[in-house]
Amino acid sequence: MADVTAPAYRIIPIIPALKPGAMEGKGPFVASDKINEAIGFPGQLVEDWHDKAIAKMGELLSKYRSLKVYMDACVHCGACSDKCHYFIGTQDPKNMPVARQDLMRSVYRRYFTLPGKLFPKLVGARDLTREVLDEWYNYFNQCSECRRCSVFCPYGIDTAEVTMAAREILDSVGYGQKYSNEIIGKVHKIGNNLGLPPPALIDTLEGLEEDVKDATGIDVKFPIDVKGAEVLLITPSADFFAEPHIDSLIGYAKVFHATGTSWTLSSMSSEAGNFGMFIGNYDQLRAIAMRIRQAALELGVKRIVVGECGHAWRVAYSFWNTLTGVGDGADANDRFAQMLQKQLDHRYKQPAHICEFTWDMIQDERLSFDKSQNDKYVITFHDSCNVARGSRMGDFAGGQFEIPRNIIKAVANNFVEMDPRTTREQTFCCGGGGGLLTDDLIDLRVKGALPRMEVLQQVADEHGVNFMATICAICKAQFTKVMPIYGFDRRTVGGVHQLVSNAIILGDKK
Amino acid sequence: MSILFAILFYFATLAFVVGLLHRIRIYARTPAPLKIPTTPAPTTQAGVVLRMTREVVFFESLFKANLWTWSMGWLFHASLALVTLRHLRYFTDPVWGWVAFIQPFGIYAGITMLLGLCGLWARRLFVERIRYISTPSDHLWLVLLIVIAVSGLLMQFVAHTDVIAVKSYFTGLMQFSIGSLPSDGLLMLHLLSVSALLAVFPISKLLHAPGVFFSPTRNQTDNPREKRHLSAWAAKLESEK
Repeated sequence: MADVTAPAYRIIPIIPALKPGAMEGKGPFVASDKINEAIGFPGQLVEDWHDKAIAKMGELLSKYRSLKVYMDACVHCGACSDKCHYFIGTQDPKNMPVARQDLMRSVYRRYFTLPGKLFPKLVGARDLTREVLDEWYNYFNQCSECRRCSVFCPYGIDTAEVTMAAREILDSVGYGQKYSNEIIGKVHKIGNNLGLPPPALIDTLEGLEEDVKDATGIDVKFPIDVKGAEVLLITPSADFFAEPHIDSLIGYAKVFHATGTSWTLSSMSSEAGNFGMFIGNYDQLRAIAMRIRQAALELGVKRIVVGECGHAWRVAYSFWNTLTGVGDGADANDRFAQMLQKQLDHRYKQPAHICEFTWDMIQDERLSFDKSQNDKYVITFHDSCNVARGSRMGDFAGGQFEIPRNIIKAVANNFVEMDPRTTREQTFCCGGGGGLLTDDLIDLRVKGALPRMEVLQQVADEHGVNFMATICAICKAQFTKVMPIYGFDRRTVGGVHQLVSNAIILGDKK
Repeated sequence: MSILFAILFYFATLAFVVGLLHRIRIYARTPAPLKIPTTPAPTTQAGVVLRMTREVVFFESLFKANLWTWSMGWLFHASLALVTLRHLRYFTDPVWGWVAFIQPFGIYAGITMLLGLCGLWARRLFVERIRYISTPSDHLWLVLLIVIAVSGLLMQFVAHTDVIAVKSYFTGLMQFSIGSLPSDGLLMLHLLSVSALLAVFPISKLLHAPGVFFSPTRNQTDNPREKRHLSAWAAKLESEK
């Protein structure tokens, strides 16, 4: 840790010069046999990895239109070339989205296209050698799947789709990444990414009830495994103990308390995050999401609400209906989905984001706030990449930008925007998303945070911003770690519901 | 020579049409198992049509990305469209009214097309990042298109070819009768380059043209909560349970 330093701020928006090889060999730790085998992947690189990898690639090309089209469509126009935070921070040309894609596209051309088979040099096609495979491992684990490049691509090519496919291929030949695969193992075994067993979780929640009682004098409950509750809250497990995450969990509980909503957590399904998406594996993605379906069915809840977590919200909003039937609009003869959809209350969005829930309650005037409680802060909002570009809130396109901001403005007096080229759909990833939030990648994480830190520094200097609200567990953990390296206090980052928690008036109701 | 070019053109057209249809069939048949529109995205089908139209006609995303690439790229594509439409006059008799109308614009579009191409090539040659990602074929495509544009412009403005004869040759070809083509070097070069472009189109990066319509990040409706989206192979996972 000691030798990690922050790169210098650029004079915005200079595009950095290339430093080839800057991030070579800087990839994350490789998963051990035990970790890989626990989730059904080969323990280590298999003997016939070459043929297996090509076969897997062929399979994915036939299963995912995105991959097939994106392998063909790129014209190397360079629109994406200066858009990735990891490229900006590291200057390694292979961290340009197009170059990252080309690591796979070159192999695609060699094995799946006529020109690549006949004239590999001409079209930049390459054999899949061990060096190429290592390069895949290195650079496809330096992509946070934030989709910023896909905003700017004239064909909508999404590097995240390519990264997911590459990681899926690597896993299938026994070349998995330690951090992600270890976490997936924990979810399957224990129910959350942190490996927090149910008794410990229940204990933590009881402690929280006491803390809130001490601080407010009010009995705010943190119910768990309550059958027949109206709302099932699925939240990232970091919310149960990490700082500043826990302050947002307290915020959700206060909102439920103040609105008299009956709610519950689930000890079996105590994780919103879904690292199955990060490794691009549909089976893992689905198996992890199935725990939520199971909890909803067992507890008989009417609504499913998701806590502050970026990729979790993308999975919940965009994929849950597909994967598990949590949603609406299944065919009448779709028994699998109907089983759950009949139980859910469709006057509300299913699933709903906690921000949608809170904002609805604010609009219905069922919550009141003392905004002055947040007067010590000048607040800005960091749009989390997966929320911004992979999901929505509310009834209109872009609700995912407006609703969190509306909440902040409802609970606090001082709000400032950062540079518009770095917010909303053009937001930068925190630098730790996509399965990269691990200490073995700390150098990459610090560098990847550069574009966000630059513009935060700007509003800190110009407007005295001292709090950056966000709605993602990974953003919170990443910034808490890297902000001090850039000279910010680690408590500069926090959740939207942390601000809600500060300002909410609970009254005397028991 | 006339017969050789006839064979060449029949072959190139066949390769183009069959190859392209084959590719489109593959794209259309490959499932998109998950909802992945880049949001904010339209929530209705009509909205998607609008988004796609803005993308295809105005290159909306590229506009957001880089004004230089956008202006050169858009200039080239818009000019190419005009030039191509103008060329319909060599295949239709009588010439359709609107084709006659765009003739003068189409001719000058040849010049702006060349300008756009040169701008794009300059970017590829002189901008470090773009040079890094360019393959030899990326350069060759630009060379080929520049050859097509220059040879066409030369025939228009410097060394006229017998366009009446060219037209009767091509209208003949369309009825499978091979007439005689003026033996003009520029014309040969022009036609050779165009047929090369047609033949290689379906196995090259020019697939970006059909590809954009099949790009899930652009063509999907943002309604995953309202409507269950399930691909055939994913549905099978449910019946296996």
